Amino acid sequence: MTQTSMKLQTYRTGFDALLQEAEATDPQWLTDLRREAWSRFNKLGFPTARRGNEKWKYTSVRPLAAANFDSPLVINPPENINVADLRRVAPWNDAWTNLVFLDGHFAGYLSNLSNLENGAGQITVTNLADAIASGNPDVQSQLAKHADTDDDGFTALNTAFLRDGAFVNIPAGRIADAPVHLIFATTGQFEHAASYPRTLLLAGANSRVTVLESYVSLAQAPYFTNAVTEIVLEDGAQVEHYRLLLESADAFHVGTSRVHQSKDSTISSASFAKGAAMARQDVQVILDAPGASCSLNGLYMTSGEQHIDNLINIDHAKPYTKSRLFYKGILDGKSKAVFGGTVLVRKDAQKTDAQQTDKNLLLSRQAEVDSKPSLLIYADDVQCAHGATAGHIDKDTLFYMQSRGLDRETASRILIHAFASQIIDTVELEPLRDYLDDLFLAAIPTASLEFGSR
Amino acid sequence: MAQDVESGGQTLLDVRGLRASVAGLEILKGVDLTVKTGEVHAIMGPNGSGKSTLANVLAGKPDYQVTSGQVLYQGADLLSMEPEIRARLGVFLAFQYPVELPGVRAWQFLKAAVDAQREHAGEEELSARAFDRMLKEKVELVEIDPELVKRAVNEGFSGGEKKRNEILQMAVLQPKLAILDETDSGLDIDALRIVADGVNKLRNSSNAVVLVTHYQRILNYITPDQVHVLIDGRIVRSGGPELAHELEERGYDWIKEAVDAGV
Repeated sequence: MTQTSMKLQTYRTGFDALLQEAEATDPQWLTDLRREAWSRFNKLGFPTARRGNEKWKYTSVRPLAAANFDSPLVINPPENINVADLRRVAPWNDAWTNLVFLDGHFAGYLSNLSNLENGAGQITVTNLADAIASGNPDVQSQLAKHADTDDDGFTALNTAFLRDGAFVNIPAGRIADAPVHLIFATTGQFEHAASYPRTLLLAGANSRVTVLESYVSLAQAPYFTNAVTEIVLEDGAQVEHYRLLLESADAFHVGTSRVHQSKDSTISSASFAKGAAMARQDVQVILDAPGASCSLNGLYMTSGEQHIDNLINIDHAKPYTKSRLFYKGILDGKSKAVFGGTVLVRKDAQKTDAQQTDKNLLLSRQAEVDSKPSLLIYADDVQCAHGATAGHIDKDTLFYMQSRGLDRETASRILIHAFASQIIDTVELEPLRDYLDDLFLAAIPTASLEFGSR
Repeated sequence: MAQDVESGGQTLLDVRGLRASVAGLEILKGVDLTVKTGEVHAIMGPNGSGKSTLANVLAGKPDYQVTSGQVLYQGADLLSMEPEIRARLGVFLAFQYPVELPGVRAWQFLKAAVDAQREHAGEEELSARAFDRMLKEKVELVEIDPELVKRAVNEGFSGGEKKRNEILQMAVLQPKLAILDETDSGLDIDALRIVADGVNKLRNSSNAVVLVTHYQRILNYITPDQVHVLIDGRIVRSGGPELAHELEERGYDWIKEAVDAGV
């Protein structure tokens, strides 16, 4: 046995057990997909190499690789959780279509699909396991077609262990009135648990939908969430998307999002991250037809020894495409943030309009940012701009506020809140905006901030 | 508190032998200044004479170290107070370079400032509606564009807008001692008039204004009771409004020469 495969032994044992258990029910295409993904993962392993590993240059996955998380091989989710538990850790709104997943498995008893219309050719919001079991042809044709496993061990691992998740299908011309909220909660009832949430969102031509993904924890425990989301926008589709990372402070989270956009489609996506010991959010958007546009906003707030890594790649594959990327970070303690990714403008992508910004506010001298967004432009008639900043609260700014009667603590809170609000205010869904505003305001540290000069 | 028979005002600020340095360099070399309620004092002087240092030391800017001397404000030791305490007790500095507060709405900022002041005085917090009404009055009083109040504080403001916004803040906070640090610099004549009108409207018998300026120009609109000339960290001449006119005509060199000659 080679060294690599020994390290992955826990995962192999889990995979063999899963295959055995799922073989009877899985359709053949899924079994094939699983096996292929497993062999890919077995070959790639975790990206622990420190040399020549550009995608993981500033983030070490060694602690994650060494932790050997097991996926609980349960068929049914825990039944002792109630909506009140979820309300404490995630935004909740009865008017939304809520799908709840506990430790990776659909918990129907906590979900409400009643806000949906029924009938053929209508909107589908269901859990992925049911959609697969019912032989949904769209799932078979689209699942894993956008999240490539070729050089991505985490996507391969998620695909190998794929059990459940969400399937949202908005047919052409339909508008989903109620926002769809996918809550992926880790209960802490299984020690050292790994879960592999999978989401497939298909937005048909000229359809409209709002989708939230919330990754939350009901317990303070070390665990591993390895999530993959695929979003496909047909011509003229409009998707409003939110991703909330509110994991336990001991958790590992690797989230991979793959977005494919057709002509004149629009996605506006906002990411809000507060939790996890180590988090990686890997987003790729392919603007694959003229008129496609994406707006990606993000806010991350870290403290203690938290580490967050955002890797965002935007591929302007065709002309007349537009992207807006605006991320902000607030870092306290000894926490660290990494921001990377490339806006790629291909040779025929003339008239591309792209902006990429990452701004960081450091609340302590020990906090660290590695922000390296890049532009790769092969077309000549484009409008592109990018920038990254990191700085402390400016002491002259503080003095100005003090000279109006505000103490340093109040002044700092106002400044930090204003910094965060620039991203929070982009949230169109009002109850969510209010929730996030309260959440981030409450998380602003109150003591011993350190300041600096411009 | 000391009563002055002549003006009837009370001593608001009493600066005695103030010496201060920044980064080890002594800027103020023994400043004495007494300001009574109802008065306007102009502090004039060439660049680098210490005018702005004096203004900033009085407001409590941490970059400056006071090495000796004393400042009494309403009889209390001003220098031992944090900047925000000075502000809550009625000391206001209109900045030479007002700071931009990205994303901080003027409304929110001013409400927080007023709340802090009222809390310090043991008064009840103003309701949002009462504050709104008060702010609207002040906006009209100082003739500022109401749209500016809806934006983030000073963010993207022109130089003139920033200066006017300082006067609005002054109007809202109603200080007892307003120190205007070169508020006139960089203003065109219309903006200068509006700023000066604002200051004049806010003057009364229970407050005082200290105007720090390089030029006599603003004194055409705000008549000072006393003019002080600050050169090389010391007040070398004090007089009435006529001193400002003399400076306007003759510049600062003659005073420097007179001081050097020990006249």
